[in-house]
Amino acid sequence: MQLQRAQSGVAGALDTSGSSAPSGTGTNAGKLNAGKLTAPSEAGGIALAIAAAAFLLLFLVIPVATVIRAAFADGAGGLTFGHFGAFFGLTLMRESFVNSLVVALLSVLCASIIAVPLAYLTARFAFRGALLIQTLGVLPLIMPPFVGAVAMQLIFGKSGSVNLLLSEHFDITLPFMEGLAGVVFVESLHYFPFILLNLTAALANIDSAMEEAAQNLGSSGFALFRRVVFPLALPGYVAGASLVFVKVFDDLGTPLVLNVTNMLAPQAYLRITSVGLEDPVGYVISVLMIAFSVLAMWLASLTLRNRDYATTQRGGAAAAKRALRPWQAVLAYGWVVLMLLLTLSPHIGLLLLSFAKVWSFSPLPEAYTLEHYATMFGDSGGMLGNTLLYCGLAALIDVLLGVTIAWLILRSRLPLMKSLDFIATASLAIPGLVLAIGYLRTFRDVEINGVALAGSWLLIMLAYSIRRLPYALRACVAALQQVHVSLEEAAQNLGASRTRTMQRVMVPLMAGGILAGFVTSFITAAVELSATLLLTTSQGQAPMSYGIYLYMQSIAGRGPGAALGVLALVVVALGTFCANRVMRSLQHGRQELP
Amino acid sequence: MIDPDRSAGHAAVEGACEVQIHHIALSYDGGRTQVLKDISLDIRAGELFALLGPSGSGKSTLLRLIAGFNTAQSGQLLVGGEDISQVPPHQRNIGMVFQNYALWPHMTVRDNVAFGLVERRWARSAIDTKVAEMLSLVGLEDYAARRPNQLSGGQQQRVALARTLAISPRVLLLDEPLSNLDANLRVQMREELKRLQRRLGITTIFVTHDQEEALTTCDRIAVMDGGIVQQVGRPDQLYDDPVNRFVARFIGSVNLLPARVLRDTEAAEAVTRQLKAVRVESDVFGIITVPAHSVPPSETRGELALRPLAMHLAPEGTAARPDDIVIAGQIVER
Repeated sequence: MQLQRAQSGVAGALDTSGSSAPSGTGTNAGKLNAGKLTAPSEAGGIALAIAAAAFLLLFLVIPVATVIRAAFADGAGGLTFGHFGAFFGLTLMRESFVNSLVVALLSVLCASIIAVPLAYLTARFAFRGALLIQTLGVLPLIMPPFVGAVAMQLIFGKSGSVNLLLSEHFDITLPFMEGLAGVVFVESLHYFPFILLNLTAALANIDSAMEEAAQNLGSSGFALFRRVVFPLALPGYVAGASLVFVKVFDDLGTPLVLNVTNMLAPQAYLRITSVGLEDPVGYVISVLMIAFSVLAMWLASLTLRNRDYATTQRGGAAAAKRALRPWQAVLAYGWVVLMLLLTLSPHIGLLLLSFAKVWSFSPLPEAYTLEHYATMFGDSGGMLGNTLLYCGLAALIDVLLGVTIAWLILRSRLPLMKSLDFIATASLAIPGLVLAIGYLRTFRDVEINGVALAGSWLLIMLAYSIRRLPYALRACVAALQQVHVSLEEAAQNLGASRTRTMQRVMVPLMAGGILAGFVTSFITAAVELSATLLLTTSQGQAPMSYGIYLYMQSIAGRGPGAALGVLALVVVALGTFCANRVMRSLQHGRQELP
Repeated sequence: MIDPDRSAGHAAVEGACEVQIHHIALSYDGGRTQVLKDISLDIRAGELFALLGPSGSGKSTLLRLIAGFNTAQSGQLLVGGEDISQVPPHQRNIGMVFQNYALWPHMTVRDNVAFGLVERRWARSAIDTKVAEMLSLVGLEDYAARRPNQLSGGQQQRVALARTLAISPRVLLLDEPLSNLDANLRVQMREELKRLQRRLGITTIFVTHDQEEALTTCDRIAVMDGGIVQQVGRPDQLYDDPVNRFVARFIGSVNLLPARVLRDTEAAEAVTRQLKAVRVESDVFGIITVPAHSVPPSETRGELALRPLAMHLAPEGTAARPDDIVIAGQIVER
């Protein structure tokens, strides 16, 4: 103070040089011959990237490209659209094309009718049924739709439980399961959780202030929903709906089991298996299926672009939940219970079927037995072993690739890693059927140690790993994202090399996510049917999903088939439960980094 | 600068290294984003040195470069006279405390602190002794078996510090170490850090955007902005003699008034130069003589930096001291 007063009260000097010119800093060491500092070697990263890219190229890109080329090849090395002309010239094919589109769109519509009210109920109302709805969200997913289809025929079919009761009491029957309607019914009941889960998450992410602002400006009720809530939640809905469309459009098992063959996927399967690998129609169908999958996902991404509506901000709360009025509560509970019954029906039906001695033209089985389980365990011990082997290996490949690609995307500064991620994720848009056709054609002349690759179980396993890679990849990316980069740097800073850092810090911290990715890949591969049907060449190499399908082909086999289905269900349910537990404990246990 | 604490002569001081940075430049996107532009700094052995600047000034980038997590395009980085530009991070033995502490959630406090010693293949018993020593250094002897998420922010901070000091680093880097603590704790930890640094005599580089933190804690400060070191000096130098408008504004509060250096006779200018002062003219003050570290040429236009601390409001008629500049005025609004 004194000093400054003594200096005429002005501390400082004239600033003559503008605001941010470099000042002569402490050292004036002259021009040092500055050594060029190079980046530490990325050789390891490059090798990993090449290995991952080679795997994707060999087992995803090339087979799919082979299929696409076959659809346009004129047989003399040139290109032609002739096959497409021939395809649309066939009445059956035109019909199949329209049917597939109609079934997929109607399934999206029906799934939306089921899912949207359920999502809105959970997200916006104080509703005791929330737990029920969550259960609803998982139950269908743990059973492959083609397994459910058989059971549902017994319950909702022409001579199924419901119609028997209806005709007995009211003298009417309802054609739930006839033809395309049956496919739509089964598919929408099976796939509505995709919309439910995505939409619920999107609704939960809307900041309560968004709705409160609208209410403050005079909006309420349905207008509030239509003008504010729904547009904000739209990305979640679109993401779910596009997934449903793709899944239904590509599904092979359900139409086959319901004996509906005038759709694209069954036609492709029948063409390839009966006419042969040279039949161009199978390839045309494959290309159409890829095109529509890609189109659906592209449209979804267009809708999602620039619409990252995660509006919950720090300190922002999720919307307060409103109480239901009595009549609303009645409606809500009614809807939830009805949906729960519908959703549970395939599970119940399958369980009954597996214990039923005789079950035809009666609402419930007339006598019960355990002998189907005995038959099933007698016949299909090998199938269980095969499923464990193929799915275990496939899931292992998936997590190895998943960790590698996740690390390359998030931690390496190598170029082109985004496209590696894109290709790995793009396998979502490739139907299992198409991938299998691609494998058969690409590897038909390839032999390993004198054994034809096209006939070996290796291809089944590889198809599983490619098909389920996106799930494992997302799990690994999520796990790695949770591990803040400073945790890795701190280890290096204290003297741990790259390998040691991996071993002591990264792997332990990512273990939960990796395990969840493994389980998800494993259980979804266990119920994969379309690729399995085409790639299985002998009984000895058949996995469980193939076995169930085979059993279900004959009336006598339905019992053991159902028993095998129940077994698969238990395996998948246990796996899902474990994966969920791991994920949940991960979310709770993860360190909150400031 | 003589510091009684430091001259007490701890053994560790002799092992302290100086850090020399010569013409370091770093850019991203193939040179499009220049983060560091020709940085040169000399950090003395045993010094507590701050890199101070707003966010985006490049201070954290420079710190990470010293730790080995960023690579410069050109320039030299010497620690204890040895060029370490090519040494990978895990072989540098330069300890860093991260802004978010980066404690591994899957390890106990003990395992966190022991981490670097395990990497150095110390014997088990030696590790146990060292960990106990480090934990008592930061006052957390009783927390060895806890996990990081069972600790408060301040305790996590101490564990991070203990973990880093356990490896006896040549240089200690602190990246915004206090920014995640609440205000009271921040002042307390600031004092504690300073005491610890004095006691160990370890060369320490402290990155912060908080000028008060830097001014109260550090021996010398480099003020950075736009990837450039604007000024290096002791806190009082930066406060009293800012070299440019940025530093004047960034350190403390200041009023900047347009002013012009007056042309004077040769003899008069020689006198003012000897007094390290300069005669300037401004609208508010008219012609006055002010202290100036370096004397700019006549007729230079620039700004007069005026610290509010140096101003004093007095009723009319109060006797002024000879050096005071008195300006008459009236209070318009208060």
